[in-house]
Amino acid sequence: MTGLANATAAAKVDAGDTAWMLVATALVLMMTPALGLFYAGLVRAKNTLNTFMMCVAALAVATVMWAAVGYSFAFDEGNGLIGGLDHAFLQGVTFAPRDETTIPHLLFMAFQATFCIITVALVSGAVVERMRFGPYLVFAGLWSVVVYAVLAHWAFGGGWLQELGTLDFAGGVAVEMGSGFSALAAALVVGARKDYGRQALLPHNAIYVLVGAGLLWFGWFGFNGGSGFSTGNSGVLAFTNTLLTPASTLAAWFALDLVRGRQVTAIGAATAIIVGCVLITPAGGFVSPGSAMLLGALGALPSYAIIVWRPRTRVDETLDVLAAHGAAGLTGILFIGFFAQESWNGAADGLVYGNAAQLGWQALAAVATPAYAFVVTYLLLRVIGLVMPLRATEGEEALGMDIVQHGEDAYATGEGAILVTPEAGVEAERPVANPL
Amino acid sequence: MLPAIVDQEGARIMKLVIGIVRPEKANDVLEALYRAEVRGISITRVQGHGGELDRVETYRGTTVKMGLAEKVRFDIALSDEFVEPAIEALCDSARTGEVGDGKVFVVPLERAVRIRTGETDHGAVTPVAR
Repeated sequence: MTGLANATAAAKVDAGDTAWMLVATALVLMMTPALGLFYAGLVRAKNTLNTFMMCVAALAVATVMWAAVGYSFAFDEGNGLIGGLDHAFLQGVTFAPRDETTIPHLLFMAFQATFCIITVALVSGAVVERMRFGPYLVFAGLWSVVVYAVLAHWAFGGGWLQELGTLDFAGGVAVEMGSGFSALAAALVVGARKDYGRQALLPHNAIYVLVGAGLLWFGWFGFNGGSGFSTGNSGVLAFTNTLLTPASTLAAWFALDLVRGRQVTAIGAATAIIVGCVLITPAGGFVSPGSAMLLGALGALPSYAIIVWRPRTRVDETLDVLAAHGAAGLTGILFIGFFAQESWNGAADGLVYGNAAQLGWQALAAVATPAYAFVVTYLLLRVIGLVMPLRATEGEEALGMDIVQHGEDAYATGEGAILVTPEAGVEAERPVANPL
Repeated sequence: MLPAIVDQEGARIMKLVIGIVRPEKANDVLEALYRAEVRGISITRVQGHGGELDRVETYRGTTVKMGLAEKVRFDIALSDEFVEPAIEALCDSARTGEVGDGKVFVVPLERAVRIRTGETDHGAVTPVAR
């Protein structure tokens, strides 16, 4: 998100760039319900709706918080650590182009909002199947400000990482490492599911997982392709790399699956698509297509290793946000330090092309971001936990969060359902399906 | 092995034990039956009503009381000496103490045939020694 390609064409809104960014914003927004589908397929049937609703909740609370203060903390000038409050409640966010872009400031804000939403939704993957919905809403709203907005400021909003020279095209810092390491902290605070390590807790619908992954990949073209804020070279490069890297990760994942279990798995493939998209998120507009494919293959290894290893631990980071987003985001951020290529990105070279300093700036981001995300998320949940219980009781967990938290069933058949008519009240019973 | 129990004509007695339990307890029940060395189990997802409180659900403007609760039904055909251990395993593993824990029914079984070998009756419901 350097906007360097547009630095010379400041102060004028470009029709083509604006048209693309309107579409890209909608594409990224779609990723949140797509993630809901992906996550819902990975949990047990009795928790389908609750899991999906945690993503839907992000659409509500993260957007409202973003408009209120989050955007300002992230993108107002402020200091190196956090933005000011000049854009609180969207003051001064109008049709005039945002500095260093050729799109209206208002649209820039909306595009960035969709990033905040999906990042909040990503973290929910660590706590599904046992966290209560109320505390989750509180957590989601506060996290979007104290973690996401701050990290976004560091990497995109003129904060200290961006000033030092860390390159992050579309959110390796705020979105991927931010969600991944926060997820680890959230899993540790909320604690493991009661059946974790005792029973096999299997995905209940692999088709949801595959369709969700497919829709996420589709949306990711807006996520990465839009992060150049224009139809210029860096956006086109990131867009194309969003095709190449996940394809390469997918192929590598097939090979790893074959070596490990002699079979290529569908849920593994869906996971590989996500990992590939995450890998190219920070690097999209900075590396050549060839390097992007190398990144896809190499970057599969750490995430795959963590996914295999993590379930053997006592850490119930349920949907492997750390492996898919934290580890892959970190890999992508470091990869830039090696393979950034000025002839492709117009900004900086990496170590392989003679600029060792770039690797230093990338490594700094790869240390500072996880540390901040982990510590602040840990403290935030501890504080919320003092005010209200974070998790459902064992009995509620056994019954399933759909019934307990929402009073609905994802796969309701209507058999045995007795209509409660408003006139007659709850006492009058009219069997919908008479068993006789 | 417990002594075989026989009826008046000298044939060994067989029973069908039917256990209806909470779905979230099904895994615990399977584990308990396995520990009691009971083999040969069928399970079915069923819906039933056993006096527990109705659950209220709302879908848009429609509010309903769910009169039927999800249960899992175990069908276990057993030679008589396995009946008591099976009942004990079912009760111990499926109990939460709340209304809706389920029931165990035991009914006499007239005939049984193991399809693979053609063994009948007692031989058909006794676990194969491996």
